[in-house]
Amino acid sequence: MSYTLRINGEDRVVQDATISESLLFVLRERLGLPGTKGACEQGECGSCTVVMDGEAVCSCLVLAAGAIGADVRTIEAVSPAGEYNAVQEAFIAEGGVQCGFCTPGLVVAVQHLLDRTPDPSDLEIKEAISGNICRCTGYGRVFAAVRAARDARRAGAT
Amino acid sequence: MSTATRTDAPPRGGTLGDSARRPDAGPKVQGRFSFSSDAWATNMLWGATLRSTHAHARIVAVDVSAALAINGVSCVLTADDVPGLPTYGLIDADQPVFARDVVRYVGEPIAAVAADHPETCRRALEAIRVEYEPLPALTDPLRAADPATAPIHPRGNVLRHQRIRRGDPDATGPIVVEGTYEIGMQDQAFLGLEAALAMPDDDGAGLELYVATQWLHEDRKQIAACLALDPERVRLTLGGVGGAFGAREDISLQVHCALLCLRTRRPIKMQYGREESFLGHVHRHPARIWMRHHAERDGTLVKVEAKFWLDGGAYASTSSAVLINAITHAQGPYRCEHAVVDGWALRTNNPPCGAMRGFGVVQACFAHESQMDRVAAAAGLDPVEVRLRNAMHTGDRLITGQVVDSVAPVERCIRETAEIPLPAPLAPGADPLDLPGGSGLAAEQSRVRRGVGWGVSIKNLMYSEGFDDSSTARVQLSGGIATLEFATAEVGQGFLVLAQQIARTVLGVDRVVLAPIRTYVGSAGSTSASRQTWMSGGAVDGACRIARERLFEAVGEEHGIDPIRLAIDGTDVVDTAGTLRVPVAEATNARTFTGEFEHHHRPTGELDADGQGDCHVAFAFVAHRAVVDVDLDLGLVKVVQVATAQDVGRVLNPLAALGQLEGGIAQGLGLAVMEEIVLQDGRMRNPTFTDYLLPTSLDAPEVVARFVEEPEPMAPLGAKGIGEPPCISVTPAIVAAIRAATGRDLVRVPVRPQDVCL
Repeated sequence: MSYTLRINGEDRVVQDATISESLLFVLRERLGLPGTKGACEQGECGSCTVVMDGEAVCSCLVLAAGAIGADVRTIEAVSPAGEYNAVQEAFIAEGGVQCGFCTPGLVVAVQHLLDRTPDPSDLEIKEAISGNICRCTGYGRVFAAVRAARDARRAGAT
Repeated sequence: MSTATRTDAPPRGGTLGDSARRPDAGPKVQGRFSFSSDAWATNMLWGATLRSTHAHARIVAVDVSAALAINGVSCVLTADDVPGLPTYGLIDADQPVFARDVVRYVGEPIAAVAADHPETCRRALEAIRVEYEPLPALTDPLRAADPATAPIHPRGNVLRHQRIRRGDPDATGPIVVEGTYEIGMQDQAFLGLEAALAMPDDDGAGLELYVATQWLHEDRKQIAACLALDPERVRLTLGGVGGAFGAREDISLQVHCALLCLRTRRPIKMQYGREESFLGHVHRHPARIWMRHHAERDGTLVKVEAKFWLDGGAYASTSSAVLINAITHAQGPYRCEHAVVDGWALRTNNPPCGAMRGFGVVQACFAHESQMDRVAAAAGLDPVEVRLRNAMHTGDRLITGQVVDSVAPVERCIRETAEIPLPAPLAPGADPLDLPGGSGLAAEQSRVRRGVGWGVSIKNLMYSEGFDDSSTARVQLSGGIATLEFATAEVGQGFLVLAQQIARTVLGVDRVVLAPIRTYVGSAGSTSASRQTWMSGGAVDGACRIARERLFEAVGEEHGIDPIRLAIDGTDVVDTAGTLRVPVAEATNARTFTGEFEHHHRPTGELDADGQGDCHVAFAFVAHRAVVDVDLDLGLVKVVQVATAQDVGRVLNPLAALGQLEGGIAQGLGLAVMEEIVLQDGRMRNPTFTDYLLPTSLDAPEVVARFVEEPEPMAPLGAKGIGEPPCISVTPAIVAAIRAATGRDLVRVPVRPQDVCL
């Protein structure tokens, strides 16, 4: 079957796909967008987080064909190559990146948090990213990155 | 949430001592970093593995014909298709590439398929018919230790036994305390699942493998042996690695992927899902440890007695080395003259166990730290005092007779940890998210009790028992740019930025280019055993120093100055006894200086029959203090704060070092209160992230960390390895805190709710 998805503001045709493919698989293997990662296939780890019609979702749990008509935003749309937005800059500067496998999902989740809640408390930050598992950092530098991104955005960064 | 204190003057940006930015962080925050699972090639096929559904069974027949008949299936391989060595392994090659006559654990590979789509692969695996004749499964390591038990492998059920006898076996004291402890099977649970892409050479006689691993050259050696190929025909490039923690030391899909590639002469991509990952890599050894300590009335240790039983699972992996680490660390970071210790690593029909961060010392530490609290209670001391009274110093001996000649600031680690302020008490009406149970919103605040506990540890650095361990690096300096080449696996720990920092410091350059990490340069050894800062850091440092010497010779000759007077100051070559100052960029303009260096640590020796010998290279120490809140009725635990002071030698990148401490603490927390692979008759009951619980952001404690900086003279950069110590003594510290909060005598990890409230 073939169908069209709206990804990062563009219409993308998915050709010769099987109906069982997840949005994660189609993004990575059919549309050349490997920035979204898969690590658990059960919606537990958040590595595959994308924003679909304004909601952060685990793309491993979304059937790709079920995303027809939805506006899907992936990590690739967060910033142009070589440029970092406030969230990305904060993850780099604050040591929020080690192996980096969870990072794209975290960046999308944090961006989504700050877009909705520009001034989150520490506890709100913890809760907002509790669906994104990081095995390397123990979260300390990730919290520091989110706080730094929050503060930078309040000071006018994008 | 964490703090770390430093007092040094700030170094030049990007050099050693600076929190230099990781070169891989930019691509990683953009999703543009290529992990091994992102590798892709035109015309590629997908590979997949058929695994045993029995813990122990004879294979009567394997029929692949129905799988081969499926449209899109290119080939199916079994044990008959392995041209070279039919087995592999890091220490003993006892693990079959594909099981032939017998399977010894649930998940053991039997066949591999290549097909045009992962879904086709799945159907092909389902179509393969394996006829099993089930055999009784040996899943109890204590039964495996019994000589009367029938062997489940031609090499027997005892993977290794070693004893340690030191001093007077009859020595005792007025205080005698003992306990039997259990450590559950922990998973490394890296996020980046096993994945590789194999590309055939044009002539089909060799291949290129992009793979996430910890040790490219060791992988190549094992793959080439199984393929019956000259190692030169097997070239490995490190695919981006999404965490490792020991789970990528052993071969997983490498040989299967390479075999499928050679057979089909097509690029093959293999990628495990999470459940297959649980089956496809080794785990931390579950252990049962009995310990008895003898002490003077004032708490001074006299003798340690111990017996260790480690469940190695079906195949050897690194069990024999893990065992030696466990038993040689039985005394902990304390002086103890007399010892009677025995350890067994045992073969069972459980999943194979091997390396995980801490490598045997995690298990030993849970036992010896639990024991130290028993000694303290018997002597009427508090947990800090008993540890200070027995703390090891440089020059003290291990129970192996080896003199600890590393810097050993055990006392300072304990004192600095004790100085860190305790957290505020739980405020009345606290947010439910701050109570035990976290987002479960389950705890009743009036039933929450707080406890404080301690753990202190010693950890060996690098490989032991006579292994001639080395790492190689090359540098090329030209036009003010240094290019580094090495085969050191960057698995997330931050070696890439460290290598750049070393080159900037030694060579006086700002720009350092990193060549791809592959087998085109000498081996770097494994990214494990807390060894790469010391070993590959030493190699990069050595290579840069050679190139710098050549630069000084050239500049000296041009200006008629003895090269010995030249030094690097910032980004200039300067005459320390004169006025010459030439920018490195200018001095290296249109010419190239190279250096190559193979760094070795000092030799180590074997243990004798009594476990005596200088088997380890060096040691690092750390103290942890944990504060927990426990709901007495529900058995839920919230780790509120972990305070730590770690012996690091010298901090080379403060931000990266802090990240190692915090990350290790989270893994030790996981082992303390939630992480365990639950087995039933050798079968995993929870091989998913839904059922195998990992610490989330809501479980993360406040971490207050201090670096204890006493440069290690033996280390090339003065820095000790820092990767493993953070995850070792934090586990017993948390359990001690739960004991303090509940009064329960907890002897196993992870501590489960029923251990606390039933």
